[in-house]
Amino acid sequence: MSSTHVTSTINGDGVEFLCQGDQTLLDALRDVVGLIGVKEGCATGDCGACSVILDGRLTCSCLVLAPEADGSTITTVEGMAGPDGLHPLQQSFLEGAALQCGVCTPGFLVAGKALLDRNPDPSETEVRYAIAGNLCRCTGYDKIVRSILTAAADMKDVSEAKEKV
Amino acid sequence: MRYLAPTSIDEAVSVLVGNDDVTVYAGATDFIPQLRLGRPEPDYAVDLKRIPRLTDLRLVGDTWVIGAATPSVRLTEEAALVADLPGLVEAAALIGSDQIQSRASLGGNLCNASPAADSVPAMVVNDGRAVIAGPEGIRTVPVASVVTGPGRTSLTRGEFVVEFEFDRPPARTSDAYLRFIPRTEMDIAVVGAAVRLSIDEGDRCRAATVALGAVAPTVVRVPAAEDALAGQPLTQEVLERVSTAAAAACNPIDDKRGTKEYRRRVAGVLTVRALKLAASRAAGSTP
Repeated sequence: MSSTHVTSTINGDGVEFLCQGDQTLLDALRDVVGLIGVKEGCATGDCGACSVILDGRLTCSCLVLAPEADGSTITTVEGMAGPDGLHPLQQSFLEGAALQCGVCTPGFLVAGKALLDRNPDPSETEVRYAIAGNLCRCTGYDKIVRSILTAAADMKDVSEAKEKV
Repeated sequence: MRYLAPTSIDEAVSVLVGNDDVTVYAGATDFIPQLRLGRPEPDYAVDLKRIPRLTDLRLVGDTWVIGAATPSVRLTEEAALVADLPGLVEAAALIGSDQIQSRASLGGNLCNASPAADSVPAMVVNDGRAVIAGPEGIRTVPVASVVTGPGRTSLTRGEFVVEFEFDRPPARTSDAYLRFIPRTEMDIAVVGAAVRLSIDEGDRCRAATVALGAVAPTVVRVPAAEDALAGQPLTQEVLERVSTAAAAACNPIDDKRGTKEYRRRVAGVLTVRALKLAASRAAGSTP
């Protein structure tokens, strides 16, 4: 079977890879590109473990055929931490114990980032809607919701402090 | 399965006509899970999203033109569309999580031909038109004529939906869509009720269109409810007639989401609620 050549930007880096027509973006990211932070839960778009930000939109990578990624910009959980350390969401998830087994966590982090990118000051209800497409079977959602709200508050403090300087 | 992404309507039509085993798709939120569940892989999967008209959303004169593959989230972001057709947008916005909203489309929802498709009753009450491309050129048909049964459409070989057209509503006219599911989010309709209503200055109904989803093999219009409303004020007596007519129009199935009797009952209740919501919007007071 002939492969498709995909040129994309993943976590800020130009990435080229070969994929098959029946391969999902989830499988290509994990098995070809090596980004195994992207998890497979259900593979049918119900659980959100495979969430990535594709061209600015939160998307289940299991519902995207890999060749569709040609020309796209993708952010996975691996792209969240900066040179100075963890993303505030990752830090608040750690401090808030918002995970147990961890399989759903990359999806929640990416969904949380997609929310805070467009709405830096969400209400609890907005947070709950924003993660409605992510399932967790261990922790329960309360610690996850609180950790996202904490990260939003931390990021707001930092940006206000920067404005004062 | 090979992936093809035509960039023009003509190119897509020639791919469809030239191959026996080919499936077009938009957001793939139904297509890929169906492959996972054992649907045979076609020789070619044709991604329509690289054709610019398929992912467009624009106002042309007094008509909204929405690409068949335009993701639902784009509809919710278009404030003028939300103001004109709030029921249509709320129906599209009910389909799945944020992740699904980034991909799911009106064209996919229609052509997947599920009896429970949320956007279809809302498209029907707004007299939506589907612009269909095929080997014979472009034809425009009522949305209501596209789905012929569960999983079946009236599209013929080589055809696909390009876009939808919805005329802007006249004054004192609005719509609403309500869906009943066993939980608050992320489920498939037990019943969906769409209503479009025009009211006069005395809040009397001038004209109404009522359509129900998930209660029959295809979306059903409820002419008896529409007749009961024409020229009438929305009194309790009229609302009861509407409710009875909606329940009677159902031809539902029993399944894990509800029995036939339950679906009929819910259809009546939900239609009246959608009617009240559309009426308050038409009067310019959003509750």
